Amino acid sequence: MSTEATTTAATDQQDGGAVVPGASGGADLVIEHVSKRFAAFTAVDDLSLTIPSGSFFALLGPSGCGKSTTLRMVAGLEQPSEGRLRIGDEDVTDLPSHRRPVNTVFQSYALFPHMSVLDNVAFGLKQRKVRDAVARAKEALELVELGHLAGRRPAQLSGGQQQRVALARAVVNKPQVLLLDEPLGALDMKLRRQMQVELKQIQTELGLTFVHVTHDQEEAMTMADVVAVMNEGRIEQMGAPRELYELPRTAFVANFLGKSNLMHGTVVGREGDYLLVEAAGGVQRLRTDRAVAHDGAVVLGVRPEKMRIFTSGEETVPAGHNRLDGTIIDASFTGVSTEYLVDVPGVGTVGTFTQNMGQATGRAGDPAVMCWDPDFTFGLAGDDDVAAGAAERDA
Amino acid sequence: MSAPAVRRPEPKRPEPAAELSATERRAEKARGRIGVGLIVPGFVYLLLFFAAPVFVLLAMSLYAKPPGAETGVFVPAFEISNYAVALSQYWEPLVRSFLFAGIATVLALLIGYTMAYLVAVRLRQHKLLASILLVILIAPFFSSFVLRTQAWKQILADEGFVVEALRFVAILPEDGRLTATSIAVVAGLTYNFLPFMTLPIYASLERLDTRLLEAAGDLYASPMTAFRRVTLPLSMPGVFAGTLLTFIPASGDYINAAILGNNRDTSMIGQVIDSRFFQIVDYPMAAALSTVLMVVILILVMLYIRKFGTKELF
Repeated sequence: MSTEATTTAATDQQDGGAVVPGASGGADLVIEHVSKRFAAFTAVDDLSLTIPSGSFFALLGPSGCGKSTTLRMVAGLEQPSEGRLRIGDEDVTDLPSHRRPVNTVFQSYALFPHMSVLDNVAFGLKQRKVRDAVARAKEALELVELGHLAGRRPAQLSGGQQQRVALARAVVNKPQVLLLDEPLGALDMKLRRQMQVELKQIQTELGLTFVHVTHDQEEAMTMADVVAVMNEGRIEQMGAPRELYELPRTAFVANFLGKSNLMHGTVVGREGDYLLVEAAGGVQRLRTDRAVAHDGAVVLGVRPEKMRIFTSGEETVPAGHNRLDGTIIDASFTGVSTEYLVDVPGVGTVGTFTQNMGQATGRAGDPAVMCWDPDFTFGLAGDDDVAAGAAERDA
Repeated sequence: MSAPAVRRPEPKRPEPAAELSATERRAEKARGRIGVGLIVPGFVYLLLFFAAPVFVLLAMSLYAKPPGAETGVFVPAFEISNYAVALSQYWEPLVRSFLFAGIATVLALLIGYTMAYLVAVRLRQHKLLASILLVILIAPFFSSFVLRTQAWKQILADEGFVVEALRFVAILPEDGRLTATSIAVVAGLTYNFLPFMTLPIYASLERLDTRLLEAAGDLYASPMTAFRRVTLPLSMPGVFAGTLLTFIPASGDYINAAILGNNRDTSMIGQVIDSRFFQIVDYPMAAALSTVLMVVILILVMLYIRKFGTKELF
């Protein structure tokens, strides 16, 4: 199972052009069949992936999916039970953490409380006996705009400032791979957004390979060139954010990375590039190249924003569109848009929304017709759990 | 590295607290009175049981023996020469006290730090084992100090198995012994004050965030360097407290010297004071020696604090 998942991931990467051209200053990180077991629990299960030099790579998944363990193995803080790790041409599997050309921004920041901010940042350089360690540490502090706080102790800084010191302390060493373990987890929403932009800027500027571990799907999508969605120690799917969003290959990805409306169906025929799938009391069309399974039972999916909803009974569904009929359960007007929950017999609750263009708002109990361009439909394996990942997304 | 493009506005400072209302001011005043009231008992206690005895001690150290008076009869005076006599006659046990206490402190630090580190850092994941070791560490406290020292006298006795074993492997010469030697006294001091050293260090190390050690490793520090640059500095408050708690009582101790030493070249100042007070009944001399001991400890401790203690650790 795990091998399949990784193979899929590798194929996705090639097909989707997810490989980012390497910038200077970083090195490819190669993880080969790595597993990590703690007693009876398998945290990482036969994981293989290549993170190209200079890319901003996000490992996305719910807590306990093995993403942090993967990162700790790369950092040398955990030893893999099986498999090899390579950075560039060097096999680092057996190197202790202090000999690896990687640096980490820890979730807890782990700043040394007994040292000044400047000494914290200069620590790595001094260990490697870099000549102008202090000058370079000052430069790094300027980069994160904390030059004026160089003499302070970490405890005298705010959370956001500590976060930036932790970042400066890691990037100042110009590591071949920079590991970020939920680095923004402790910040409030506003600061988080701001730091996301800054992190991305710094990464572009320095051209280092960033491996970012997060459970925040929006964070992963806005920052990373390549996102790998992890679940239960394996990679579910890997690719550019847009590609993952538009064409999820498992129900877990469809639900965890944004929302999806998923419904069970059966392939009943073909028509040109499309599969005809009987679902929700009608025949829906699905492009063959967007389907994981091509016959028998399948799961159909469509993103809420790709659907249109008609509540007045006057509009006509465009020819060739997929269509669902149901009853509105809930309509919430938010100003910019109205969000609908619609009960569709044989499917369950479907969510969608309409932009506020001045049209009338449907009310609970009203009948509704929803339709979408069949090209937006994606097809998953028929035995996939349509609820997978939804609870984890909202956790 | 070049500077980034955007400059971010400084985070807003919290609003200054609003002016206190009249009720709040009254409450504030009432709290102040309660505070003073709470200080009084402690203050009186200190006055009665610390300041007054020290004053009596200082006064006594200047008393004089009137000519022809009976043993133990002294009159108030200002006999500074008591100190000259005390120093010239007893400088040897005085210096020896600080020397023994110093050596014992260093030994206790080496042993105590190792034990505390083992329990608090190395065995942090093994809660049960760590607890058992901690209990073993504290258990000696449940029996008497004097009794334990007596026990060591038995263990280290000339006919005991330790001496016999050491003679057998020729570490000790055929007529060598352990009791009644400086080594036994220093060993006794080290042993008896070890918990005072170990527990504060343990308390410091137990709070050590081991993620800091991971961070140090991640920043190219070998485990040895990480210990030197992170663990050790962060445990300094414990080391500081432990060394003071060991050195100060050890330099005034006389039980170890009395039980494990001899009367020639191992006597410590505590023993001398003891004999001045209770055997020779020379109160001014005993008081003068006590004062010297107190002052020297005070000076040494102040020097120590100035050298190591003023650095704010956080």
